[in-house]
This record gives sequence, C-alpha cells and structure tokens, in this order.
Amino acid sequence: MDLLTFARGPALKAALVIFCVGVVWRIAGFALLRLRRDLNAPRASIGKFMAGGLKAVGTRSWPHPEFIPRTGAGEALGYSYHIGLFIVVLMFGPHITFLGSLVGFTWPGLPSSLITIVSVLTLTLFLAVLFRRLTHPVLRMLSNFDDYFSWLVTALVLATGLAAVAHIGAPYERLLAWHILSVDLLLVWFPFGKLMHAFYLVPSRAINGALLSRKGAIS
Amino acid sequence: MSDSTSTFSAALAPEQAMTPEARVAGAMRGFAHELGALSAFRLESCIHCGICAEACHFYIATEDPQYTPVWKVEPFKQAYKREASPFAPLYRLLGLKREITAEQLARWQHLLFDSCNMCGRCSLICPMGIDVAALIEQARHAMFDAGLAPKELYQKAAHQRATGQPEPSSEPYRERLLAIGRQFGVEIPLDKSEAEILLCVPRTDIEHYPGAVAALARVMRHLGVSCTFRSDGLVAENYGYYAGGKQWQRDISLKLIEQALKVKAKILLVPECGHAYTALRWEAADLYGKPLPFAVRHVTEFLADELTAGRLKLSSAGAGKTTFHDPCQLVRKGGINDAPRALMQALGIELNELKNHGAFSFCCGGGGGVLDIERAAPLRYRTMENKLREIDETGAATFLTSCSDCRRTFDDAKSHFSWDKTPHSLLELVASNLVATGNPT
Repeated sequence: MDLLTFARGPALKAALVIFCVGVVWRIAGFALLRLRRDLNAPRASIGKFMAGGLKAVGTRSWPHPEFIPRTGAGEALGYSYHIGLFIVVLMFGPHITFLGSLVGFTWPGLPSSLITIVSVLTLTLFLAVLFRRLTHPVLRMLSNFDDYFSWLVTALVLATGLAAVAHIGAPYERLLAWHILSVDLLLVWFPFGKLMHAFYLVPSRAINGALLSRKGAIS
Repeated sequence: MSDSTSTFSAALAPEQAMTPEARVAGAMRGFAHELGALSAFRLESCIHCGICAEACHFYIATEDPQYTPVWKVEPFKQAYKREASPFAPLYRLLGLKREITAEQLARWQHLLFDSCNMCGRCSLICPMGIDVAALIEQARHAMFDAGLAPKELYQKAAHQRATGQPEPSSEPYRERLLAIGRQFGVEIPLDKSEAEILLCVPRTDIEHYPGAVAALARVMRHLGVSCTFRSDGLVAENYGYYAGGKQWQRDISLKLIEQALKVKAKILLVPECGHAYTALRWEAADLYGKPLPFAVRHVTEFLADELTAGRLKLSSAGAGKTTFHDPCQLVRKGGINDAPRALMQALGIELNELKNHGAFSFCCGGGGGVLDIERAAPLRYRTMENKLREIDETGAATFLTSCSDCRRTFDDAKSHFSWDKTPHSLLELVASNLVATGNPT
C-alpha cells in the first residue's frame, strides 16, 4: 500500500472514527453532569430569554461597540483566518468533491487561483496569530500545549495543501498524501484540544445569552 | 514549614489555619461540589483568546496579564482537566496537568479576591459567551473551603452569620435604626407582625449614610405601604457571598427569608445595595432549595413601578448637570437599567451618561468585598482612576448612584485623591422630592 492509499484509506477511516467517538465522548463527558435548576424567579418570560440566547449567538460574533477600541483588531485577526479557512475548506473544487462524497451533494466552488490566494493570505494570518500569541503578554501567559499544537496541526493542513496545489518540494502524489495525513492528524487531535470550540461556540453563546436575558440583562 | 501558605498568614484569620493537604482537599471538595454541566461547559469552552482581559479594569489599569479574568480560575481549570474532564485519565496518565497545590491556591487568593470585583464585565466581552464571573464566584467557594478567604471577609461573614451583623457595634443595629428615625424625624416601621413589604438596610448606610435609611422609611411612609424592618433580619449585605462561603451565604440569606415568611411579606425590598440584590434576587432561592414565595425587588425598580402606576410623584430636584454610576450587580448582573433613569427623569434631571454606562459601566472598584480588604487598597485606587476620570469628563456637578457600597468606595476615593465630587444616593434624592398624593408623609 502506498502512502497516498494509506492516507486516504485506513488512516482517514481511523481518524474519522477517533474524531466521531472523541467528539461524542467529550461532549457527553460534561453534558451528562448534573444540571441544577435555577429556582430564582426569572425577570423575563421563557420566550424572551430563549430569544436572548439566540440573539447572543449573533451579537457575540463581534464585540459590543464599547469594547471595540480595545479588542476590535485582535478579533478581526481571529475572524479573518477563520473565514479564510472556511473558504479554502468549503469552496475548493477537490474539497467539494471529497465532502460531496460524504454528504451526497456538491456545490459550486471558487477558481483555484483565488483559492490559492486565499490560502496564502490565511497562512500569513496564521503566522500573525502565532506571532501575537508568542508576544502578547496575556496570550503568552494563557497559552499551553493545546494552543500551540492545535495551531500546528491546522497550519500543517494549510501548508501541505498549498504545497500540493503548487507542486512544491515533492511529487504531487506524495504532497497530496502528506496533505491528507495532516488532515488525519487534525481529525485525531480535534476532540482532545481547543479545536472543539467549533462545536461549543453556538451553545456557549446561546446559554450565556439566555441566562443573562433571564435576568433582563444585556448579553 | 507546617503550612505552605504561611507567607499569607497575615491575610488569614486564625480560625482558617489548615495543613496544606487540608487546603487542597477543601478546595477540591468545594470545586467538586460546584461542578455541574454548566460550569464544566464554561471551563471547556475557553479558547485562551485573552479578550476578557480587555474588559477588566484591573488589567486595563495595570496591563498586568495576571489580572486576565479567566486566568483567575486557572487552578480550577487545571483541576477540572485533571480530575473531572472527559479525558481526565489521559491528562493524569501523561502528566499533562499537575495537581493543584496549597501554595498555588494561596497565590491565587490575590487574584480571586483582591483583584476581582465580581462585576461581570468580562462575561459581557467573551466571544465564546463564557460567564467568567460565574466561574470566579465558584472559585471563591473553593477558596473558602480551602480556608483562603481573606480574613476581613471571613471574619465579617462569620460575625454576620452568628449575630446578624457583619461587625460588632456599640449598640445593636435595631437601636441604631430607631435612633436614625429620631435624628431625621421619621417613623421607622419595626417588628410589625405582618407587612406586605419586608425592609432591610445596608450596614454601610447604618454606619455611614443614616440619611439613606431615613430616606427609605420616608418614601415607604409616603407611599402608604404596609412595611416593616425586623430586628432579627435587618442587614441587607451578605458577607458569605463575598467570602465565598456558600453555606454561610445561605445562613445569612435565611435570616431575611425567615423574617419575610414570618410577616407574610409579598416583597422583600432590597435597599441601595448591589451585591445584596444579587445574593437575594438571583441566588437565595437556589440556596433555600425552593422558589421564594415572595418577590425580591431593588428599591429603584420598586419606586420606578410606583412612578409608572402613578402612586409616586416627584418634583424637580434642581440637581443641575448630573451623572450616574450604574452598580454592576444591579445593571450588568441584575438587568436594572431603566428604573434609575426613569426616577431621574421624573426628578427632572439632565443626565450626562458616563462614557461607559449601563451594562458596560466600569465597577466602582470596591465591589466583591474588595473595599473591605485592606491590603487591596493600593491596587483598588489605581484601578479607580479610570472611573473617576470618566465621571470628571461628564462635567456633571451632581454624581448619583444607587448602591451604598459604591457610594462608600467613591467617598473613600474622594478623600484619597482629594477628588472634588461627592457621591449621592438616588433614593435620598427621591425622598427629598416627594410630591404629596394624599398619603401621610
């Protein structure tokens, strides 16, 4: 079995199994802990605080105006590379073909040249966020192995993907194998580290928003 | 060394002496007791973005990264990952998270108590929507169980739990209350057997602002409502809440709950005290174990409702250009934004809002018990500078608030900085501008 066959065959299958089992295990691991009922009388009706939760999912996507001067640039940087990642993962033809084989339908993609530009920009932004994490006193203090390893596995996917598309450094099939192996690595790591925030983002915002709205407070 | 926290012994009461092992065990017990799906999810969701630092006035004033709000719960994040998270066995097996130590907990005392007002501003900025302030409150519970609550808070909580008063006084508060009535010429409703509204009073007002106590009595009499203070449940503050002693917080809350039940009150009226509102409005029922059979209302929201109902009429206060400090526990954590503004509007006040107001208001700096912690004063003053600047920038001549602890904090800053503003009570301003509606005044 050659490397490419291994990467997109047994390695990918094993990675997907670890990903799925790990994600379910991690979510169940805390979600099944006891949940205390709040016995304090709500200020808002149940409809209002549920609406507050949904609203917070959107409003927390960008800081309240009062916070923008201090956080706007950092958040913009964070969102920029996330948007870049989404474009590259979801709008690149070969990715669409692969994802389409999983979900059963496909969608129109963007030209490869545009994807390449976005990838380069995204990788540059990745380097910028790493630089920021290493140099910003707060981020440096908060950061641990998870932060750096999660960065590394994601950056590897981007870098190997770019190399494969640009045919840099090795034959295409080997580069593609490395790219798929890096995806396998990301899938394996995903449930163990902070990449799980992809699953947490919406419920976390919604819960805090709902709880604050229950009190009639701004979320 | 018999106690690895001995370097912090000056910050602890003698009753808090424990072995390091007992401290860690206490912290873990307190932590485990608090851990449910919601707090675990909050701990899980942090992406180490550091944005919460940008909301915290301790970080903004000092640029010291240790004041990053979520860092204040780091030992408990560490304990969660190692002991209770879905992959805890892996963390332990690979040694990825160390056990927390008494030394570490002792170091965190400064971060969890001296440099956190539990104001909740961090919970408003987190892009993941984590209620960081709720985690800090839970961490305080664990610190209390580790015998690491600052002695000022611990001792006041212990005294309040035992006697109903956070500290000894030359005469019982009951007598002080009656004396205030005589001093201000207002009848103090006390120890009635039945009343629709149970009143209580901030110890800060009894000690420092008797006019606010008289104002409350005067306004209630003006409205002609059936109300009473009760000698056995007078104090609004809850030092158990500050110190992190959950059981003590419950016991202290029960003093008021029992009196409200005894007089068959429909409303427990929280006076101008922010954290008392949080403790009674948003936490007491959970500690009581069932929903409270009466409403808990802050005096400003009660009066705003009376205004809307037409039972309260106010004359123009002639206060000139005025600004208002929103107490964090009322507005950000309690949702009371419009009520004080409705009262100020009825008083004909030209309100000049602070740059950061309403839910985004900066804390006065004294909340969360910080005002009581002696060694925290230098950091508190440094943190307050930004707030005082904001107040000055409004150009307002009159400065109002609706929390006596905030008022006390600003008064303290006034003498420390030789600041030219005096914080005034919104309730007192209301009481001074009542318009007769047929009820006795």
